Amino acid sequence: MNTSAVYLDHAATTDLNPAALAAITEQYSRTGNPSSLHGAGRSANRVVDESRQAVAIAAGAHPSELIFTSGGTESDNLAIKGLFWNRVAANDQARTIALTGIEHHAVLDTAMWLEEHENATLLWLPVDGDGVIDLAAAATLFAEHHQKIALATLMWANNEVGTVQPVAAFARLAAGYGIPVHSDAVQAFGAVEVDFANSNLATMAISAHKIGGPVGIGGLLVRRDIVLTPVQHGGGHERKLRSGTLNAASAAGFAAAATAVRAHLKDEATRLSQLREYAVQRITELVPEAQFNGPRDAGNEGTRLPGNLHFTFPECEGDSLLFLLDMVGIASSTGSACTAGVPQPSHVLLAMGRDARSARSVQRFTLGHTSTRADVDALIEALPQAYARAKKAGMAADESSIHTAGTGFTR
Amino acid sequence: MKVLAAMSGGVDSAVAAARAVEAGHDVVGVHLALSRMPGTLRTGSRGCCTVEDSNDAWRACDKLGIPFYVWDFSDRFAEDVVQDFVDEYEAGRTPNPCMRCNEKIKFAALLEKALALGFDAVCTGHYAKVLRDENGAPELHRAADWAKDQSYVLGVLTHEQLEHCMFPLAETPSKAEVRAEAAARGLTVANKPDSYDICFIPDGDTRGWLAERIEMKPGEIVDHEGNALGEHEGAQAFTVGQRKGLRLGRPASDGKPRFVLEIRPKENKVIVGPEALLAVDQLRGIRISWAGVPIAEIFTGEKFDCMVQVRAHGDPVEAVAHMERSADGRDELVVNLPEGMRGVAPGQTMVVYQGSRVLGQATLDSARSSAWDSEKVK
Repeated sequence: MNTSAVYLDHAATTDLNPAALAAITEQYSRTGNPSSLHGAGRSANRVVDESRQAVAIAAGAHPSELIFTSGGTESDNLAIKGLFWNRVAANDQARTIALTGIEHHAVLDTAMWLEEHENATLLWLPVDGDGVIDLAAAATLFAEHHQKIALATLMWANNEVGTVQPVAAFARLAAGYGIPVHSDAVQAFGAVEVDFANSNLATMAISAHKIGGPVGIGGLLVRRDIVLTPVQHGGGHERKLRSGTLNAASAAGFAAAATAVRAHLKDEATRLSQLREYAVQRITELVPEAQFNGPRDAGNEGTRLPGNLHFTFPECEGDSLLFLLDMVGIASSTGSACTAGVPQPSHVLLAMGRDARSARSVQRFTLGHTSTRADVDALIEALPQAYARAKKAGMAADESSIHTAGTGFTR
Repeated sequence: MKVLAAMSGGVDSAVAAARAVEAGHDVVGVHLALSRMPGTLRTGSRGCCTVEDSNDAWRACDKLGIPFYVWDFSDRFAEDVVQDFVDEYEAGRTPNPCMRCNEKIKFAALLEKALALGFDAVCTGHYAKVLRDENGAPELHRAADWAKDQSYVLGVLTHEQLEHCMFPLAETPSKAEVRAEAAARGLTVANKPDSYDICFIPDGDTRGWLAERIEMKPGEIVDHEGNALGEHEGAQAFTVGQRKGLRLGRPASDGKPRFVLEIRPKENKVIVGPEALLAVDQLRGIRISWAGVPIAEIFTGEKFDCMVQVRAHGDPVEAVAHMERSADGRDELVVNLPEGMRGVAPGQTMVVYQGSRVLGQATLDSARSSAWDSEKVK
């Protein structure tokens, strides 16, 4: 159980699916390295193979295309560094990485690391006010720079504002210039239809714990004709792309969760988008100042993650609102959990054209497979008062109204 | 009470929070992010707001079973503390950034936010006491352990701010006891080194840090009689009372070391002289505040006996003070020092005490010396 009575942060991580827990526990009670040649090894290997097949099917991919990794971040690193190094080895002039400003840090920071250490050039592709890529602008930029582009990357669905991108159209556009495309589908996989075979993508990152599987396992789908330069070397596991003993128990948990979300994907998307629409209507009624960010997707047209609600609450710090909601047992987020520790204005909102001040005033509520109408009602009930109070607490960048020696106080 | 415990990640604030919890308060821990680009790890006793400090604060809160948050005050800190520090040096004054942080960040920006979010008080690990007078008004006093006492850096707090302060370490006999208590409570920060120096200058090289932010130009070093002695690389990098780093080729005629007596940023001039001339007997302070209800003499302008302290770890000196209104209507705190005082620099905070009580503070604007009239040096 969550320690928050009302858990509205399913995009950070979600409840473990009971079938996944059962599969993990069962496998952990057995011994066997999937690479060993004896019976125990074969038994573990069978679990890995069956799991690979189940996850690949859920992602619309062939089992041989799935590389198990430790999670989304590792998958993004392997895809971007692996594609970059492989392309540069063939053509030293092709050192440009085309990307948008709304990518996850696992993509952004990897690209920036390559810029700093490997002489890569970054080509920024514009997004609109909803965070949707501007395909016409991308086409123009590709036409101009394609000879120097090593790869392009576009996240399938954004983790903060929930925007779903026209990934297949983008990848088709890039394919016309022979540019391989990577997509971070960590948020999209299990929430909206994700079909790797028909996506035109070269590589695609997915993660288990966002869909009810365990933390610590994810996958990178690598199209069969794509060659990556490995980041991690060793025993040559996973098509020599990702050495390291395979975690059969986690793979089994991942597979159980993937199978479950695949079976209920359409119904669950409908259920969550209806809950979301109900919440948007009630919240904008009760807090008229609240601005809903990203595509509205009122009729579940597929332009937004079904469970994602993201608002700007003007003139209040996101962390004040988070605090007040947490105090009444409601778990929310000011953005992605990766910046936990030192709050920063969201780079996603900045890329969408918001200023730094309003980018600090955001709150994300994300629904998942265990979310109910009662959860949403609890939020709707708590939010107006929390907003009023958070607004009173003001913006941290503003000067305090407490008088001190420096503000003319004398006696 | 609902109490917000400001958690630096150090042992003092962790034990202070623990005592507030034990006293039955409803406590929430908050670590202030004061820099947007924090270092990852601490280097000994230096640095602040590292991820390590934040994690230490977090672990302490987990141990105490209280919620923990990180709140970003980096914009205000950059403006009110860091930029102010640069501006003051640029004007030839010597500021105390820790006092400014208490005045503007911990007990203003943070306190205001805390009050608005429903808290009654901000709790810190400072060694100082808040007592109540017969009418229930707050008074700021030195901690039980005078060696560890931090009432000086809190001297800038006003009545309004003191109303909402909580210092649970007030009665602690010594720092050793706080460390022992932290160990007994299972707090991992029990043996963490104390912080020294200025948190936003992690390598401790204040002069080098300032040189990157203030345009320094070579200028003249003259002695107390106006004789040119040499050149400096920028007057703003000097502090009154400073002896080292003057780089004067030849010794003084009396063979004794010379000290910085005055800095004139407008003329880019540094005046040096023998140690005896560092003595001053009158201090004039501006930017005055009173820690609680002011004593009657503040309103009447009558003289009152007090002790004055001009640096965090300096000794208090006997003084007779009074309020004056200057010709332009500005309030000034005039402090006469029968025994004199050495090496005070404009910009320093003078905290005025009666017994253990902090009356208030003022920023030193000018000091006068009967031994030497600086106005004669052209």
